[in-house]
Amino acid sequence: MRAALQLSEAGLKTAVLSKVFPTRSHTVAAQGGVSASLGNSEEDHWTWHMYDTVKGSDWLGDQDAIEFMCREAPKVVTELEHYGMPFDRNADGTIYQRPFGGHMSNFGEKPVRRACAAADRTGHAMLHALYQRNVRANTHFFVEWMALDLIRDADGNVQGVVAMEMETSEIVVFQAKATLFATGGAGRIYASSTNAFINTGDGLGMAARAGIPLEDMEFWQFHPTGVAGAGVLITEGVRGEGGILRNSAGERFMERYAPNAKDLASRDVVSRAMVTEINEGRGCGPNKDHVLLDITHLDPDVIMSKLPGIREISIKFAGVDPIKAPIPVVPTCHYQMGGIPTNYHGEVVVEGKPVHGFYAAGECACASVHGANRLGTNSLLDLLVFGKSSANSMIDFIKQQPLELPQLATADVERSVARVERLNKQTNGVAVNDARTAMQRTMQAHCGVFRFKDMLAQGVEKILEVEKMVQQTEISDKSSVFNMARIEALELENLIEVAKATMISANARTESRGAHVRDDAPDTPETPNGRDDANWLKHTLWSREGNRLEYKPVNLQPLTVDTIALKTRSY
Amino acid sequence: MTAYDPIELKRIRWRSRRGLLELDLVLERFFAQRFDSLSPAEIDAYKRILDLPDTDFLDVVNGKADLDDPEEAAIIEILRSV
Repeated sequence: MRAALQLSEAGLKTAVLSKVFPTRSHTVAAQGGVSASLGNSEEDHWTWHMYDTVKGSDWLGDQDAIEFMCREAPKVVTELEHYGMPFDRNADGTIYQRPFGGHMSNFGEKPVRRACAAADRTGHAMLHALYQRNVRANTHFFVEWMALDLIRDADGNVQGVVAMEMETSEIVVFQAKATLFATGGAGRIYASSTNAFINTGDGLGMAARAGIPLEDMEFWQFHPTGVAGAGVLITEGVRGEGGILRNSAGERFMERYAPNAKDLASRDVVSRAMVTEINEGRGCGPNKDHVLLDITHLDPDVIMSKLPGIREISIKFAGVDPIKAPIPVVPTCHYQMGGIPTNYHGEVVVEGKPVHGFYAAGECACASVHGANRLGTNSLLDLLVFGKSSANSMIDFIKQQPLELPQLATADVERSVARVERLNKQTNGVAVNDARTAMQRTMQAHCGVFRFKDMLAQGVEKILEVEKMVQQTEISDKSSVFNMARIEALELENLIEVAKATMISANARTESRGAHVRDDAPDTPETPNGRDDANWLKHTLWSREGNRLEYKPVNLQPLTVDTIALKTRSY
Repeated sequence: MTAYDPIELKRIRWRSRRGLLELDLVLERFFAQRFDSLSPAEIDAYKRILDLPDTDFLDVVNGKADLDDPEEAAIIEILRSV
């Protein structure tokens, strides 16, 4: 919507296609805020923000894109303020800024207040401000439309998308001089995810099918404790108040992994311990796929007063009253660092060259500013900065194009129609739910927050088996109007591309870096944190064709400042 | 009970896909367990609730806020119970 606004205000005819009403996108779930070195509360500088982002990325982020984002941050946040975003304010009227994990002053010295928020509804407020502004600028919204496939001509130039109107199932071509994907992440590839059901990586699936590689898909951010089977987060404060993690034998297993800190060990240590317990057969439940968070020993009054909402979440989403029984929990997928490869102009880049007419921004794109791990509040910043920069690139590109649209290339359109036809005609096929569950379980067990060599290798085989299931999905409802079964089957065809990219990329990267942590790449004096810069300081590029992997160097050269030299990442 | 427009029912089902996971989970159960037994007037009330922004909708489902309209409040009670 940030890009659409820029385009519409430049006088271009702009169509936004969305599966759901635009203000109900998953951005609504972003609570923490958006970062910018405004320095309203204390001294701050974009170079410090840049340092924090590079360090957070475990040096996998491209430093030109990171410099661009951090320098642009104050501008785009101020613009958003002018669009009517109701930021929290200081007494003097400036935007109030709060501290946030990983935000430091003076190159990692001490915490700094850099996060700008609108109460705990920053994402919601941002969507509303941008939507209202777009309506004023005459952006044309096509709501409840699902894009199916990208259209590329023989030279690879992008001509638009094939899309389906949900109300009628009619398939329509949207031919455009420039096409931007802002389709979000694909967290639903995992069994346990904080992502809403709409986050099915549609843009990634379309890009992969159109021969565009996906970058750094092995990097996913996880939270240690989501309710097993649901994904709703249980705050880490529960362990702070005395919550204990137990395995199927009832053992307080954190005593073995972190004898001093025990259940209060850092997020990664706790996540790894949980996964190791599950992997070694000490998980709980019929599928032995989670552990238990026990607060039954706490005084019920403490639970009610110190942990408000936890009892309700547990009863509602885990079906257990935590006063009486422990809560089933599992490390839960939250954010996708990888995506469609772009530069900081928002142009999609393949083999070092922009794909004419194709742009991407936000979680579906990989500029790469998040590298191997995202710094909190940089996701909202990412979509503002790169939404705007990609729109500016689109405006420049469109100006150079002839007035008339080129002849439509029909091959991709036919392939897209054939894909829907296949689904409509499939008999003796696989139920969409079964295929999706198989994919989600495979990803969770074989490619979760902590990864094992053998499990990854098996995971590659399994996910390719699941792909065969996805190719044979069958729907019983063949009707045309708001056919949710068809939509879910098409979404699954996008998810499986992301799942393959993730598994195959993770299997190949034999180091640990940021959010990709392998048991066989441990912390040693030669490779601190298991990171292997000599061999793996590079971006993964997975292509759908033959599941081919290629690599490209990380850009360590910022635009105007000196490089932030490689260092061991520790907090 | 007068039959509700089947096309409208399918539209309502899709519009129950939301931006927040918690709402998706609650509404999925609501459809599995309770939606089919609602009267047309109750479905109308539910449709009005769907127009709420996700954050407000979740606050109401979580009991942090209430709706004034008695028909809508009755639906919210069901959503709180599933």
